[in-house]
Amino acid sequence: MSFVRTIPSAPLPPPVEARGAVLWLRQNLLSGPFSALFTFSACAALLWLVPQLWHYFVADAVLSSPDGQACRQPGAGMCWSFIANKMEFFLYSSYPRDQVWRVNSCLVSGAVLITWLLWPSARSKRLGGALFFLVYPVACFWLLHGFEALSLRTVPTNLWGGIFVSLLVSLVGIVVSLPGGILLALGRRSQLPVVRFVSTLFIEFVRGVPFITVLFMANTMLPLFVPENWSPDRLVRPLIGVSLFASAYMAEVVRGGLQAMDKGQYEGAQALGLTWWQMMRLIILPQALTTVIPGIVNTFIGLFKDTTLVAVVGIADFLRTVETARLDPAWAGPTISTSGYVFAGLFYFVFCYGMARYSLLMERRLSSGRKR
Amino acid sequence: MRTPPTISLLHDPRWRGAIWQVALAVIVGFLLWEAADNAMSNMRARGIPTNFDFWNRTAGFDINQTLISYSAVSTYGRAFWVGLINTLVVAGIGIVLATVIGFVIGVMRLSTNLLARSFASVYVEALRNIPLLLQLLFWYNAILVPLPAPRGSLSMSSITLSLPDTATLVVSAIAAGAAFAAWRLSLRFASIVTALGVAVALMALLFGALSFVGQSGGGMLHFADHLGVYLNNRGLFIPEPQFGAGSEWVLLAFGLGIALSLGYGVYARARQMRTGKQSPVLLVSMCLLVALPLIAFEASGRPLAFAFPVLRGFNFQGGMRISPEFVALTLGLVLYTAAFIAETVRSGIQAVAKGQGEAAAALGLRQGLTLRLVVLPQAMRVIIPPLTNQYLNLTKNSSLAVFIGYPDLVQVFAGTVLNQTGAAVQVIAVTMVVYLALSLLTSMLMALYNRRMALAER
Amino acid sequence: MRSVCLAAGLVLALASGAQAGVLDTVRQKGFLACGSNTGLAGFGLADSKGEWSGLDVDFCRAIAATIFNDPTKVKFIPLTAKDRFTALQSGEVDVLARNGTWTQSREAELGLNFGAVNYFDGQGFLVRKKAGVTAAKELDGASVCVQQGTTTELNLADFFRTHGMKYEPAVFATSDEAIKSYDLNRCDAFTTDVSQLYAERLKLVNPDEHMVLPDVISKEPLAPAVRQGDSQWFNIVRWTHYVMVNAEELGITKANVDEKLKSPSPEIRRLLGVEGDFGKGLGLSRDWAYRIIKHVGNYGEVFDRGVGENSRLKIKRGLNDLWSKGGLQYAPPVR
Repeated sequence: MSFVRTIPSAPLPPPVEARGAVLWLRQNLLSGPFSALFTFSACAALLWLVPQLWHYFVADAVLSSPDGQACRQPGAGMCWSFIANKMEFFLYSSYPRDQVWRVNSCLVSGAVLITWLLWPSARSKRLGGALFFLVYPVACFWLLHGFEALSLRTVPTNLWGGIFVSLLVSLVGIVVSLPGGILLALGRRSQLPVVRFVSTLFIEFVRGVPFITVLFMANTMLPLFVPENWSPDRLVRPLIGVSLFASAYMAEVVRGGLQAMDKGQYEGAQALGLTWWQMMRLIILPQALTTVIPGIVNTFIGLFKDTTLVAVVGIADFLRTVETARLDPAWAGPTISTSGYVFAGLFYFVFCYGMARYSLLMERRLSSGRKR
Repeated sequence: MRTPPTISLLHDPRWRGAIWQVALAVIVGFLLWEAADNAMSNMRARGIPTNFDFWNRTAGFDINQTLISYSAVSTYGRAFWVGLINTLVVAGIGIVLATVIGFVIGVMRLSTNLLARSFASVYVEALRNIPLLLQLLFWYNAILVPLPAPRGSLSMSSITLSLPDTATLVVSAIAAGAAFAAWRLSLRFASIVTALGVAVALMALLFGALSFVGQSGGGMLHFADHLGVYLNNRGLFIPEPQFGAGSEWVLLAFGLGIALSLGYGVYARARQMRTGKQSPVLLVSMCLLVALPLIAFEASGRPLAFAFPVLRGFNFQGGMRISPEFVALTLGLVLYTAAFIAETVRSGIQAVAKGQGEAAAALGLRQGLTLRLVVLPQAMRVIIPPLTNQYLNLTKNSSLAVFIGYPDLVQVFAGTVLNQTGAAVQVIAVTMVVYLALSLLTSMLMALYNRRMALAER
Repeated sequence: MRSVCLAAGLVLALASGAQAGVLDTVRQKGFLACGSNTGLAGFGLADSKGEWSGLDVDFCRAIAATIFNDPTKVKFIPLTAKDRFTALQSGEVDVLARNGTWTQSREAELGLNFGAVNYFDGQGFLVRKKAGVTAAKELDGASVCVQQGTTTELNLADFFRTHGMKYEPAVFATSDEAIKSYDLNRCDAFTTDVSQLYAERLKLVNPDEHMVLPDVISKEPLAPAVRQGDSQWFNIVRWTHYVMVNAEELGITKANVDEKLKSPSPEIRRLLGVEGDFGKGLGLSRDWAYRIIKHVGNYGEVFDRGVGENSRLKIKRGLNDLWSKGGLQYAPPVR
C-alpha cells in the first residue's frame, strides 16, 4: 500500500484572491461592479477634496496677520488670526474684561461638576448632584451677576454674550430640565387622572411646537402674563423658554426609562411597604435614570445645538458674536467671515461629537451590564 | 374575622390621591387665571389689541413667494395663509427628499463597501453634530456666492462644453473594450477592471454625446435658448404653464388613469394570489398614467401655453421663480434630517433578524430584492415611530426660515404681522395652534400607515 | 420643585420696577434705563469693550447728566425693533432713544409720547454704483433687501405701488442679515432710513462700490419716546434736546461752557442757570442745562461726534442743521 500516502500533505494556501490584502480589498472595496464603481468615484472625489482642505486649513491658512491684510489676499484660506484676535469677544462678548475670571471660574467649576456626574466610576455622585443642581446655579448666578456685599460689582445681563452665554443657556436648560423632566414623566405615568392630564398636555404641547415659537412666547408673552412690575430680565426670558422646552423633551426620555423598568421592581418595592415617593426615590428612579443616561446626553446635545436660536430674541450667543465680529470694518472680507463660521462649525462639532461618543460609550457599558 | 384597621383619611391612598389632584388643579387653574388676567390688564394698559380685528385689515407689505394671489392690499388674514402654504410646501418637499436620502445613507452605512460605509458615517456624524442654523447659513451663502447676477444668468444655452480630444476618446474605447473582455472572461480582479472600464466607458459616452451636441450646434442650442430656464442669484426661473379651456379634460383623464391603475393593481394582486403569476403592474400603470392624459391633451386641442421669463430691467419678469431662500432652506432641512433618518433606518435594519436575510439568500433572491422585499418591510415597523418624529422635527425646524428670509409662517405671520399689528398674544397663539395641528395631522397619518404595516405582519 | 422656586427667585431678583413718577423712580434706582439700538453705528453701538456711542446714546447720557450730574449713570438696554415699544410700555426702560419714527398711531394707539425730533430722517435706497441707477424711480423690477417689522417695509410697498412699479422684497429679521444678503448680491438695493444707510454701508466689504440714492421716499422724524401719563418726565426728555439745540444756537460748547457762565447775554445766563431757576419746574436743579452741555455738549457737537464730520459716517447736517442755517432744528426759548 505504498501508493497510499501516510503523511498528509501540507494544506495548500488559499487562492490569492481569498487571503491577505487582496481578500480585504475584494471584501471591502470591490465586492461587486457597483461597489467598485463607487470606490473609484469616491477615490476621485477624495483626490479632489483632500488638497482643497489641505490648502484651506494648512497651506493657505493665515496664522498671524495683526491687521488682517493677509486674510484679504485672493486665495487666502482659513484666517486663524481673525479667530485669535476675536477670541475674547467670542468667549465673553461684552462682559467686562477685568471681570472675566468670574465667568471662567463658573465654567470651570461647571465642567468639573459635570465630569464628576458623568464619570462612570466616580464616587459620591449624590453629593455631586446636590452641588450641581442646588448650590452651583445659585453660586454662579451671584458670581456672574454680581454681589455687592462681596464687592463683586454688578454686571448687567445685556453685557453677557458669546460662548459663555451659549454654555450658560444649555447649563440652565440641563439643570432645570432634569428635575423638571423627572417630575413631568412621573406625572405622565401617574395613576391620578388630573396629574396625568396636566403633565401629558404640557409635554405634548411643548413638543408639538417649534422652539422658535417657544422663545417668542417667552420673550413677548411672558412679560404680559406677570404683573406689570415683575417683568423678567431679557436674558431670563429665553432661559425660561429653554427650561420649559428642555423639560418636556427630558420628560419623554425619563418616561422611556420608567417604562423599560421591570414590573417586579415596582411590586417588590410595594411589597416592602415603601410609600410611592420612597419607591420612586430609592428603587425606581436610580435604575431608570441610569438606563437613560445616553438619552439624557442626546437631549443635551440637541439642546446645545438649539441654543443657537436664542439669537432670534436678541441674545448675543456664540453665533451672534461671530456675526457681529464679521461686521467689524477692520476685519471685513469674504474669506474672513467664512473663517468665523468655519470656526463656529468646528466648535459645535467638537462639543457635540464628544458628547455623542460619551453617550455611545455609556450605551455599550450599560447594555453589557444588562446582558450578563 | 377582623375588621380592617381604620386608617386616618390622611393615610388613605385614595384620599391622598384626591388631595394631590385637587391641589394641582387649583394651582394650575390659579396660574392660568392669573396669567390671563394679567395679560388682559397689561394689554389694555399698553394699548395692545386684544381681539382678532386685525385679521381683516389691509396688510400693506409684500411677500416674495406667494402661491395664492396676494398683494400689499390683501389682508393680514391672507398673509397668514400665504405663510402657512409656504411652510407646508417646504415641509412637504423636505419630507419626501429627506426620506429618500435618509434611506439611501442608512443602507449605505451597512454597505459592504468600506468607502461607502465611511462616507455614510462621516455624513451622519458631521451633519448631526453641527447646529441646523449654521448649516442653513452655510447653504444660503454657498448658493448665493457662486451664482451670477440676473444679467449674466446661466441659461441652457450659455453653458459651454469643452470637447475631449481624440486621445481621450481612444483611451475610453480601449477601456470599455477591456472591461467587456474582463467581464466575459471572468478574470481575476474582474470587478476592478469592469468597474474601471464602465467608468471610463461612461465618460466616453458622455463626451461623445456632448461632442455631438456641440458639433450639430445650431439646432440643439437654438432649442435650449427657448427653454426659458435661467439661473441666477435671484433664483431659478422656469416657464409657467398656463392652462387653457379644455385642460380639465386632461385632469379628468389623469384621474381616470389613476383609478384604472389602482384597479389593475388590485386585479393583479388577486391574480397573483390565485395563480402565482405576476403582472407588469408598474409598466401598465405608467402607460395608463401617461397615455390617457396625452390623448386627452391632443383631443382637446393642446390647451397649454407657457409664460416665459423675460429679462426686463433688473430681473426676469413672468414665469415661475424658485427663490434661493427656498432652495437653501430645503437643502439644509433635507440634509440635516436625512442624517437622523439614516440612523433610524440603520437601527431598523439591524433590528431585523439576520436569519431573514440568509433565508432570502437561500431562496435565491438578489441583494437588492432581499432588501426591498424581506428586510425593509420588517424594518419599517421599527423605523416608523422614530421616522414620524423626524418628520415632525423637519416641519418644526422649517421655522428657522426666519434666519435666512424665507417667507414661512413664522417669518410672515409671527414676524411681520406681529410687528405691524402688535397683537403678540393672538399671533403667537395662532402660530402655535397651527404647528400643533400639523404635528397631530402628521402623527395621525403615520399611525394609519403604521397600522397597515403592522397588519402585513400577520 | 426647588429649581422652579429658584427660577422664580432669579426672575424676582432681576425684575425691574415701574411705578408712577418716572423721575423719582430713576433717582431711586440711581440710574436711567435707556432703550437703545442693538447696534447701529452713529446712533447706538457698543464696541467690543461694551462702551456705547452715538447720537441716541449721547441723548440718554444728557438726561442722566441733568438728573445725576453724571453722564455715566445710564444703563443701555439693547432692544430689537420688535420689542422696543413693549419694553417701554412695560417700564423696563424709562426712555426709548432708539432711532424710532414718530407716527400718529404710535402715539395714539401704543400710549407713547415722542419727545423733540433729534434727527430728521427719511427712507432711501443703497445701490451698487455699477448698476447705473441715479434715481429711485429707475428701480422697476429690482430686488430690495429690507428689515421686517418696521415702517420701512410698508413705505417700500407704498412707494412701488404708487409708481406702478414691480419689485421683489427680500425680507430679513434683522438689519444685519438684510445688509449681508445685499452684500452677497441677493438684492439690487437695500432700503432703510438714510442715516442708517450710511451706517450700514460701512459694514459692506467694499463700501466705495455702493452709493445712497438722493431720493427720500418717506418722512422719518426720529424722536425719543416715553410712556404717556407723566408729563414732568415727558418735559424733561423734550427739554434735554432743546437745551442742546439752544446751546448750539448760542454758541455754547462743552469746552467753553464755563467761560460762558460769565457771559453778559441774558439768554445764555438764563440757560445756564445764572439768572432764574428754570430747572425747578422740571423737578431738576438750577444748573440742569449747564450739566447737559458740560458733560455731553451741544447738539452740533453731539451730531458731529455721532454721525457727522467727526464720525465715520460723515453725514451732512442737511435737514438737521439749525433753523437759522436752513435746517429744521428749532428750539423754544428758555424763559
